[in-house]
Amino acid sequence: MIDALDGIDGLRDAASMALTGLGLAFFVAGTLGLVRFPDSFSRLHALTKADNLGLGFLALGLALQADHWGQVLRLALIWGLALIAAGIAAQLVARAALAEAARRRR
Amino acid sequence: MLLDVILCGMILAVALAAVSGLGVFRAVVFFVVHGVLVSMAWLRLDAVDVALAEAAIGAGLTGVLLLSAVARLERLAGGGAWRQRVNVLPAGLAAAGVTGALMWAFLGLPQPAGLGAEVAAALPRAGVENPVTAVLLNFRGWDTLLESVVLLAALVGVWALTADDDWGARAGVAQHAAPGGVLEGFGRVLPPLGLMVGVYLVWAGAAGPGGAFQGGTVLAAVALLLAMAGLAPAPRVGAPALRLALVAGPAVFLGVGVAGLAWGGFLRLPPDIAKPLILTIEAALTLSIAVTLALLVLGRPEPGDGA
Repeated sequence: MIDALDGIDGLRDAASMALTGLGLAFFVAGTLGLVRFPDSFSRLHALTKADNLGLGFLALGLALQADHWGQVLRLALIWGLALIAAGIAAQLVARAALAEAARRRR
Repeated sequence: MLLDVILCGMILAVALAAVSGLGVFRAVVFFVVHGVLVSMAWLRLDAVDVALAEAAIGAGLTGVLLLSAVARLERLAGGGAWRQRVNVLPAGLAAAGVTGALMWAFLGLPQPAGLGAEVAAALPRAGVENPVTAVLLNFRGWDTLLESVVLLAALVGVWALTADDDWGARAGVAQHAAPGGVLEGFGRVLPPLGLMVGVYLVWAGAAGPGGAFQGGTVLAAVALLLAMAGLAPAPRVGAPALRLALVAGPAVFLGVGVAGLAWGGFLRLPPDIAKPLILTIEAALTLSIAVTLALLVLGRPEPGDGA
C-alpha cells in the first residue's frame, strides 16, 4: 500500500480511492434513507439526492483513472444523464404519490 | 474473484426473491434487478454484446412489458393489488423438476470445446470484424432471420387482442402528459442523444460490441418516450408506412437470403460484398426491431381506455 502510493500515480490512485469511497458512503446513506424513511417523498429525497452525489463522486474518482479526455467526457455524460433521469423520475413518482394520496382521501 | 463470487451470490438471492411469492409487482422489480446483475456477469465474462442485449432487452424492455402487465392485472382486479390464484406447491415442484432435468441434461453433455476457433478462422470471409455480428448475420443468419419473424409474430399476437371497434386506431392507450411538464421537457432533451447512441450501437456492431437488437432497443425507448411525453402520437395500426417499417427487416433479410441462392445457397453472403450486405440487413432490421419493440410496449389500440 505504501509502495503503491509513491509518486504522481500513487497520488492519483489515492485520490481515486478516496473519491469512490466517498461516493460509496453517499450510496449507503441514500439506501439507508430509502429503507428507513417513513413516506414516499422523503424516500425519493434520499434516493435522488444522495445517490446522485454518490454517482458524481464515483465518476470523479474513475475520471482520474481515464487514459484520455474522451473517457472523462463519457463519464460526465453518464453522470449528467443519470442526474436528469433521476430528477425527472423523482418528479413523476412524487406526482403519482400525490395523486394516490388524494384518491385515498376521497 | 471476490467480486465474481459476490455477484453470483447476489444473482441467486435476487432470483430467489423474484420467485418467492412476494407479490407480482415485487417479483417484476426483482426480475429487473436480476437482469441488471446478469448483464454485469456477462460483462465480467467479456461478453459485452450479450451484456448490452441483456441490459436493454432482458432488464429494460421485458421489465417495462411486465410492469404494464402488472398494472393491467390490477386494473382488472378493480384497482387493488392483483392476487395470484396459483397453487404454489405443484408450481414449485414442476419448476424444480424442470430445473433438475435441465441440470442433469447439462451435466450429461460432453465438455464443449467451443466454436471460437472455427469462427476466428472464417472471420476474414465474414465481412465484419466483430465475431458476434459475423455469427448472427452471416454464419448463423437463419437464427437471426427467424428471431426477427418471431418478434413480428409477437406483435401480431398482441394486435389480435384488439377490440373490433378499436381496430385502425392509434396503438396503445391515450397518453396524457402535462403540457409543459417535466416529462414533456425530458422528451425534448433525451431523443437527440438517444438517436445518436442507438445509431452508433448499430454502426459499431460491425467492428465491436453492438448491433441491430441493442441499437433498436435504444431507438424504441426514444420512440416510447416521445409517445409517452405526448410529443409524437402513437401511429395508427393500419398506417401503410408503419406496416412497411415492421416488415422491412425480415423482408430485406429474406431478400438477401434468396439472392444468395444465385451465389451458392440460401443466406450465403459473397465475401466481397458481405459487409455492405450485412450493413443493409442491419439497418432494415434496426428499423423493424425498434418499431416492433415500441409497439409491443404500447400494446393494442385502446382509444377509449385510459382517458
